[in-house]
Amino acid sequence: MIRSLALLVCAALLTACSIDPVHPWEKGMLAKPEMTFESNRLEAAYSEHIYFSKEAASGGSGVGGGGCGCN
Amino acid sequence: MPTPSTLRQHTLYTQAATFFFVTLFASCAWAVSPGDPAPEFDLAGKNGAVKLADLKGKTVYVDFWASWCGPCRQSFPWMNELQAKYAAQGLNVVAINLDSRSADAQKFLAAVPHDFTIAFDPKGQTPRQYGVKGMPTSFLVGKDGKILFQHTGFHSDKRDELEQKIREAL
Repeated sequence: MIRSLALLVCAALLTACSIDPVHPWEKGMLAKPEMTFESNRLEAAYSEHIYFSKEAASGGSGVGGGGCGCN
Repeated sequence: MPTPSTLRQHTLYTQAATFFFVTLFASCAWAVSPGDPAPEFDLAGKNGAVKLADLKGKTVYVDFWASWCGPCRQSFPWMNELQAKYAAQGLNVVAINLDSRSADAQKFLAAVPHDFTIAFDPKGQTPRQYGVKGMPTSFLVGKDGKILFQHTGFHSDKRDELEQKIREAL
């Protein structure tokens, strides 16, 4: 009885992520350069270029530059 | 000690209840699509209030931007051009700022020239109503107040395409 109640409460708490997700216009803090994983901008530019040319993988390195708030 | 069949029933009920509550709290997506009437807004601007109702009968290019968004910075010169070129045909560019801190927005505006109407919505009510999914997003509202098209993101390559669409709408 207690276990199923606890399970229910846990499931209800998990839904907090879907009740009010972060909206694209609320990502101002995330868009700051301090929030990216790069330590050195030049190095990051080289790695991004290599990822693009070898894997055709682009984006994901920072918010605000991609034009859709997710790139 | 509950018998195996009642225990299974119990688990089933728990699972059903869990599923019910999880789906109950799933967030609903609220967005406008082309053809819907554009949601009204009444926001503070640089000199006085900016209301969509005041612009009824005119074609309005509503653009949602923020100071931290790179493509927004690139889109400003283009929007300046738009306003200058098509003002005579009744185009009004309204750029709604979504910065939660007005200092950031003011810094951006001081650095980037703008010859169109700017409105401020720090609380983010208007983008919620319009269903903004990325930054920047722009909507073209026709003379009848209905949304003609929506465009997310900005790239200098897409400029001509967008301008073509606006010209067709005017």
